[in-house]
Amino acid sequence: MLKKTLDISSSPHIVKGRSTEDIMRNVVWALLPVVFFSVYAFGLNALLVIFTATLASVLTEHLLCKLSKKETTVNDYSAIITGILLGLSLPPSFPLWMAFVGGVIGIALGKYIFGGLGYNVFNPALVARAVLQAAFPVAITTWYPAFLVDRFTTISKSVLTFPFMEPQYDAISGATPLAAFKFDGVSTSTMELAFGQVSGSAGETCAIIIALGGIYLIARNMMSWRIPAAVLLSAFILSGILYLFNSELYPSPSFMILSGGLMLGAVFMATDMVSSPITPLGLWVYGAIIGILTIVIRIWGGLSEGVMYSILLANAISPHIDSVIKNRVYGTKRKIKAA
Amino acid sequence: MAFFNFHKNTFKHGIHPPESKDETNKLPIKQFPFPPVIILPMAQHIGAPSQIVVREGQEVHRGQLLAKAGGYVSVPLHAPVSGTIRKIANVPTISGKMSQGIFLEAFPSSTQEVLEGEPIDPETATPEEILQGIQDAGIVGLGGAAFPTHVKLKVPDGKKCETLIINGVECEPYLTTDHRVMLEQENDIFTGIKYLLKSTGAKKAIIGIESNKQDAADYLEKYIPEGLPVSIKVLPVKYPQGAEKMLVTAILGEEIPSGKLPIEVGVVVVNVATTAEIGRLLPHGQGIQERVITITGPGVKKKGNYTIPIGTPLRFVLEQVGVDEEISEVYMGGPMMGVAVSNLNISIVKGTSGILVFTKKDVKRSPKTYPCIKCGACVDACPILLNPSKLGILAKFEAYDEMASNYNLMDCFECGSCSYVCPSHIPLVQYFRLSKQIVRKREAIKKEKVDA
Repeated sequence: MLKKTLDISSSPHIVKGRSTEDIMRNVVWALLPVVFFSVYAFGLNALLVIFTATLASVLTEHLLCKLSKKETTVNDYSAIITGILLGLSLPPSFPLWMAFVGGVIGIALGKYIFGGLGYNVFNPALVARAVLQAAFPVAITTWYPAFLVDRFTTISKSVLTFPFMEPQYDAISGATPLAAFKFDGVSTSTMELAFGQVSGSAGETCAIIIALGGIYLIARNMMSWRIPAAVLLSAFILSGILYLFNSELYPSPSFMILSGGLMLGAVFMATDMVSSPITPLGLWVYGAIIGILTIVIRIWGGLSEGVMYSILLANAISPHIDSVIKNRVYGTKRKIKAA
Repeated sequence: MAFFNFHKNTFKHGIHPPESKDETNKLPIKQFPFPPVIILPMAQHIGAPSQIVVREGQEVHRGQLLAKAGGYVSVPLHAPVSGTIRKIANVPTISGKMSQGIFLEAFPSSTQEVLEGEPIDPETATPEEILQGIQDAGIVGLGGAAFPTHVKLKVPDGKKCETLIINGVECEPYLTTDHRVMLEQENDIFTGIKYLLKSTGAKKAIIGIESNKQDAADYLEKYIPEGLPVSIKVLPVKYPQGAEKMLVTAILGEEIPSGKLPIEVGVVVVNVATTAEIGRLLPHGQGIQERVITITGPGVKKKGNYTIPIGTPLRFVLEQVGVDEEISEVYMGGPMMGVAVSNLNISIVKGTSGILVFTKKDVKRSPKTYPCIKCGACVDACPILLNPSKLGILAKFEAYDEMASNYNLMDCFECGSCSYVCPSHIPLVQYFRLSKQIVRKREAIKKEKVDA
């Protein structure tokens, strides 16, 4: 009467039932409002740039899987995240063919070459952006003003640049708040920054919407709250000290926190699980490195923006943070030493 | 970190799996029928197998000694039923290994009165006599580990036992045996505590109970005998609070040093069902013949808490309670640390605390694994504060020695919290089980070489 064969498996026999795919899918949900705002502020240009970068990432991931005769890993949503993040970090008037190249590079050089999901040392979207910054220094620093009247009806000439051609720019172009401050000494108000009334990369301008996406993921326990907290706190403290020291020369800490890509970087890029440390203390250290480096680059470096390089550097240090900073194991004394 | 060390009646990390106890925690313990043939494996506890002292064809009385302890870390076995020894042969066990075993055919219509032995009086007996009595009664940890209790109770020279902790946590989902024992066998528990206090020299006893068994805590509180130094501590629900280390930390706020036993901080921990068994058997000098088992899971028809004779074949148990046609997995113990049964011809042993039956659709484990994305869910779950993610990667590279020397592999007690939370479905705890075995084997080989 009783079935003769039983399945066997190793314990535990119950599981929480959350998958890597679920986490990645929710990151995409959290990014969507940022994308919507970007399209709202920058119009068709931003939509095309983000779409192209995402398409390139997904296609590359799929093709590389096929080429290496593996089951495609497009379904785990991680390539989509890379594509969206890349698109959001580019200027809205960025030539599409360059965005496409970026998407290919992000997946191929930033991720697949290391072994795919889970093995990348750096955040793939930032690898792509770093390559684009080196290859197309003009295009990636030519900004498009937000809230142009004809943004939903016209597409910039530069966006539709023919592949391998230099882009032609429309007469109008904007300056980012950071560049305006660094090179012209013009400050932007906190409210304008928080609500995205400024120029900048497609997805970095509205700090509030980005923060809301982060809060959603943190509430669902799909993101470490420690990383954004550490990044923003360390950047705030360092720039606050400088501001107290000389408020003529240095911008206010709230300006530093809300301007440029710091919010987008802190919430969606530094928090890439694969390229960040794993222990709570390690996460604080990692986040603080990013926050401090960003301020150092912005104030004393040649660039007006420093988030990308800060995160990439911290990514590189992250495995070493993990081998030096471990949890104090139950019943032992804390030891900090390299393995 | 040290400067945030508020003691919150619990331990760090841990997980909250669904408790799934509602279907059986209100059901009183029922006596299970005797099977026609009882099959008793000799290796059903940690340590040396018992040694058979009866011969084939012999008629035995219920409670009679069938096998004596095979050494100090071993216990005897008693007849769970009056009957005839039909056969002595190898029998399958849950581990997959065969063990010598006794086939005992019950007399169809005997009174099943239990043979009385030499009683032990908790007031006058010496600690040594009590420990001997516990060994003679064949008592092992009934929480699931089946480690001989008298060995655990023996306080090593130079150490002192201050506190006796009675483990009524039952943190495994589905299981409700300890819950029912606490609600129905209060006299046995308190008598057992008397023996345990005497044998360990502890000044006081604390019964640790999770708040999902508040009724049991309230009930026991009412019946604490006059003058017995027992208190009850209700703890927040969290898995794996029933693990000795976690329970000691939850109750006393102290950590047990790595690789050491609770006695290092002056504590001995005993499961509440084991305590009740000691309190029931020692006054009569009897041996253990049966135990309380929760039979539950979506595939079971008559779920409940049953007193089942040791050695009852699993097949007989499942036939009696009725199971779904579609059953696909059966576990002995809880769903977190229990072992999947490959063969229904094994028997109930002293360490069996639960029998869980799942059908195909209840098994939620995903066959698809992803690479580790270092999300840190396992790091936040591990009650020992290990880094399961890193250990998992090292295990894949077979770097077992590094796992042990740099990442405290041997502190892992295989609670399964890491596997439970892993979104990539990596069988982490299975990796660690195998890795620990390999490390132990390598150490044994090293030691042999040094000795030789």
